[in-house]
Amino acid sequence: MPLSSKHLLGLQGVPREDIQLILDTSITFREVLERPIKKVPTLQGKTIVNLFYESSTRTRISFELAEKRLSADTINFSVSGSSVGKGESFKDTIKNIEAMKIDMIVVRHAAAGTPLYLTKISDANVINAGDGIHEHPTQALLDLYSIREKLGKLEGLKVCIVGDIAHSRVALSNIYGLKTMGAHVSICGPATMIPRNIEKLGVKIIYDIDEAIQENDVLNILRIQLERKAREYFPSIREYSKYFGITEQRLEKNGKDILILHPGPINRGVEISSLVADGKNQIILNQVTNGVAVRMAILYLLGTLN
Amino acid sequence: MNIKSKPVDSEGFDRLLTRIAHEILEKNKGSKNLVLIGMRTRGEFLAKRIQQKIKQIENIDLPLGVLDVTLYRDDFRTRLKQPEVSVSNITFDINERDIILVDDVLYTGRTVRAALNALMDFGRPGTIQLFILVDRGHRALPIRADYVGKNIPTSIDEEIKVKVKEIDGEDAIYLLESENKNN
Repeated sequence: MPLSSKHLLGLQGVPREDIQLILDTSITFREVLERPIKKVPTLQGKTIVNLFYESSTRTRISFELAEKRLSADTINFSVSGSSVGKGESFKDTIKNIEAMKIDMIVVRHAAAGTPLYLTKISDANVINAGDGIHEHPTQALLDLYSIREKLGKLEGLKVCIVGDIAHSRVALSNIYGLKTMGAHVSICGPATMIPRNIEKLGVKIIYDIDEAIQENDVLNILRIQLERKAREYFPSIREYSKYFGITEQRLEKNGKDILILHPGPINRGVEISSLVADGKNQIILNQVTNGVAVRMAILYLLGTLN
Repeated sequence: MNIKSKPVDSEGFDRLLTRIAHEILEKNKGSKNLVLIGMRTRGEFLAKRIQQKIKQIENIDLPLGVLDVTLYRDDFRTRLKQPEVSVSNITFDINERDIILVDDVLYTGRTVRAALNALMDFGRPGTIQLFILVDRGHRALPIRADYVGKNIPTSIDEEIKVKVKEIDGEDAIYLLESENKNN
């Protein structure tokens, strides 16, 4: 069965079969990454534009690698050095890029809803690589894949997302994806960073980090986004770290083998201590490797739809 | 699908594999440098049978890998249905080895073309030899098999179905008539 949509805009409303298909297909591409020649000819002749209106290291490189390993032709667009600086509108930029005959667009933009808008002005397959504080579906899918790879399942697992839930697109996509796959999702963070009515998504709110560690099988620790004025939501970084930072002592105190994920980039000593970030419970770099495989799977599934 | 005939039953199936195992050993003067690669799905099980036969004859376990060629196919743009991919599993070094590539039916040769490309991405084999259980003709590419279980000339409207015990419950080769002749 192919995917039910020709775009990946978010995980809200994406059926379980689609997520399952993406995760299962990712296993194939994970194997390709272990080969001496890490390249397959599957998307030969397809042209993919990486449209990054916001800065990104991991996601952009990961997508670019995934595209190249599928033998697609890639174009990288970033705002600096483009004609956006000359005052060209978003729509005109897209129309011009599309006039060059492209097949797929990977987009990151600070405005939520940009990928959806793109689907209305372009015929290309659109993949959301993060839109504002809305969704970041490929990150959530690689988190799901990494958890499943490590623990063997998602159904029935207890997963807690820790940090700035209100401003996190990673959190929202994770909540949708994990819920769809049958996991129990909770969130934990300072009250100022818990969005109102979030419990309507079927997540449990925990304000005490020790309780969150006790209760869960997995912690997905979000980065405190200092560039997004995160500092306005708590008195000091030190205080955040004291109450919500994941440290070796804290894990030991709760005596628990808990799986730790982090979407990166990590702020060592803020949301996660260096010892934990390099420790035995975390799979942070596995997430990065798996990210390429998961993105290859998504590109393959969308790019070979007829 | 109507069954037209059953050219090979389970006994014939086994004799055929025994003969092929001997042919492989004869041509390669033993099994020293050989590895087996089965193409998903049924080629994998045929390769395992050959592995067992060679073990009986030479008392040696040949390395066996599984190849999925979906990512190398050339029909993504023309097919209506998206092919399902699965995982290749080749855990040994194929450089300079003599590969016996195993598949159930040889038809247009496009799958074998894809497999050759795929294998080159795993390394640089010494030789690649092709074992096909059934050659039904109608080649579209200049490809031939080194070891053929059975030649069964077919018309375009017919189809060959190879069944193996592991997944189909019996070892047999069937000749079927396609109900939709325009297909």
